Amino acid sequence: MAATHADKVHVFKEDVTRALGDATLKLAIDRTTVTAERKRAAALVDFPEFAEARRRGTAIKNHVVANLDHYLEQFERNALASGAHIHWAKDADEACAIVIRLCRAAGARSVTRAKSMLGEEIGLPHALAEAGIERVETDLAEHIIQLAGETPSHIIWPALHKTREQVSELFKAAHRDPHKVEEVEAMVESARRELRDRFMNADVGISGANFLLADSGAVCTVTNEGNAELTTTPPRVHIVTAGIEKLVPSMAHAMAMLRLLVRSATGADLTQYTTFHTGPRRAGDRDGPEEFHIVLVDNGRSRMLADHGLREMLRCIRCGACMNHCVVYRQIGGHAYGATYPGPMGAVLTPALEGVEKAKDLPHACTLNGRCQEVCPVSIPLPTLLRGWRDRSWKEGLVPQAMRTGLGLWRFVAERPRLYRLGSAVAVRAMRLFRRGGWIASLPLAKSWTAYRDMPAPAGRTFMEQLRDRERQGGRQP
Amino acid sequence: MPDPREAPPRGDRPRVALFVTCLADAIRPRLGFAALQLLEQAGCAVEVPRAQTCCGQPAFNSGDTAGGAALARRVIAAFEGYDHVVVPSGSCAGMIRSHYREALADDPAWRRRAEALAARTHELLSFLVDVRGWRPEGVALAASATYHDSCSGLRELGVLAQPRALLREVDGLEMRPLAGNDVCCGFGGTFCVKYPAISNAIVGEKAAAIEATGADLLLGGDLGCLMNMAGALHRRGSRVRAFHTAEVLAGMGDGPAIGEEG
Repeated sequence: MAATHADKVHVFKEDVTRALGDATLKLAIDRTTVTAERKRAAALVDFPEFAEARRRGTAIKNHVVANLDHYLEQFERNALASGAHIHWAKDADEACAIVIRLCRAAGARSVTRAKSMLGEEIGLPHALAEAGIERVETDLAEHIIQLAGETPSHIIWPALHKTREQVSELFKAAHRDPHKVEEVEAMVESARRELRDRFMNADVGISGANFLLADSGAVCTVTNEGNAELTTTPPRVHIVTAGIEKLVPSMAHAMAMLRLLVRSATGADLTQYTTFHTGPRRAGDRDGPEEFHIVLVDNGRSRMLADHGLREMLRCIRCGACMNHCVVYRQIGGHAYGATYPGPMGAVLTPALEGVEKAKDLPHACTLNGRCQEVCPVSIPLPTLLRGWRDRSWKEGLVPQAMRTGLGLWRFVAERPRLYRLGSAVAVRAMRLFRRGGWIASLPLAKSWTAYRDMPAPAGRTFMEQLRDRERQGGRQP
Repeated sequence: MPDPREAPPRGDRPRVALFVTCLADAIRPRLGFAALQLLEQAGCAVEVPRAQTCCGQPAFNSGDTAGGAALARRVIAAFEGYDHVVVPSGSCAGMIRSHYREALADDPAWRRRAEALAARTHELLSFLVDVRGWRPEGVALAASATYHDSCSGLRELGVLAQPRALLREVDGLEMRPLAGNDVCCGFGGTFCVKYPAISNAIVGEKAAAIEATGADLLLGGDLGCLMNMAGALHRRGSRVRAFHTAEVLAGMGDGPAIGEEG
């Protein structure tokens, strides 16, 4: 697979240790996610029908997922009628090959790209580099990531892990005229000077899709920078890469989903730019591409569709609310997940896309607190899906042997109440040997706990022992 | 099965089985006795089935669904003969109410029994308020306290208003809001020992938020989360003391807090 994050060998616990030791990273994560959480909460105050909109959005996506073949064919028919070319890609390699072939056919030396997580998923930046095609990222955050030679750490804010101070340094080193780039506004101006003419001179523009409208063959993109429009309009050729789950039946459904998407992602009512691209430039149009290609990418999605335990994940509209509200993401950031999609949705998707053995930590590195599900605009039961992966990894022998042995022993005892009573009576007495006052600062077999926290020492006798005594003494009725 | 010789006189009192939880049994028996006392004050005939051990959540959440199901069957068999099953933990009650049916999904007969038990199973504080309409009388504690809403109770069972309604009736107790009261403390059952560094970072933020309230006490409804937060607070040298809400309501708030000798 051509994904750029896969170029590196990721060891989850090592990445976590690095992330937890990086105070600048934590500052950057907090700046963005705390704001995002606050803005989303404020947006919901002004959106009293959120619960109803969420029910409707969930129903729309369920309907599309259940009738995906129908809507894909309808979309293809209408897109073809609008003059678009449709390409079907079964996996990442095939999708990249199609895009590279189209770029070469267009004689492209330089392509502009509007941020697309699917593009990251299929490893398109890497594939373009291998093909010797210059890539200009038009999303400001993607531009930052490209300059830094990194991958996105969040699906809405790819450069969330970078502080503005770090971005300023990056621009000073890389831009031709980085004037006063200590200030955010000057940074934006510097990027604009750097990129504007390259936007206008690109041969091919590549974008993703937020929604595909089946009844018109239109492709909807949303941005706050207008960069999608600059990617898709000036170049001669526009290529869309989209996952097959991006379909909605019609404009009305797209609008219903947009209300949920934007509020959940940024807390705004609507993005600055919401564009519907339908076919290439027609006679009399003032602008637009001469060729319009849509690459519909499966890459594991039909496998998820057939899988009862993962099907609900196809509702995901990539808003990022789950990671913004995730206690784990907010400590370790996106890169520690070692995959295109981080956070709760990534912990469900990555094993589906790359195999659970490659992502075996992700479903377990979660407290199952349920906040992600609570904020998900399409009600995806993320904790249930993560537990489903745990079930599979247990069955496939991917859970560490120490954990299996420990749980096996514990189960053996817990299934035998008398033995359990005896075992717990012995255990609480043994634990007390390690106490100082009421606390245990270091406990063999529980170092993972006591390395960081003190353990309250157990009372000398279990509840069951004490209860028996009280009842013998007639202390408790009857 | 409950021994009929032990059955208390029925009258109009519902027969309630107390699921003590493995943590309270081993670490904090006081919590079990507080729960017993509150249920009796709320007019219940309480029994403690001797066949109980653990609800099976550690196995189920680790992916050992068969292990979780095996323990679920034992809990169902031991507890299904009562009017209600009450648990002083949102997490264990949530396991019985929401997840036994998932663990036993492939076994229709047991699944039906799981659903029947789920319908009769309650977290303690919400049971006292919602089912028994009980309020504490004559309970006093001169202290300030803040409240952490444990995730399973909050999101799986909707326990939010009930503990606050109960604590309002405690004379002299001043409640202070906790920033991020609905954000996970980083315990997560086996999570805290599988990924202790992440768990520690999460509970570090929680401990800071608790200390920022300036409250004397940390209260909550789940012993696992309370042990995690109290243990982190103590390691930091904090003076905040932690109790399960049931202990305060039972008038045990002047006794030893979690981690204090008594």
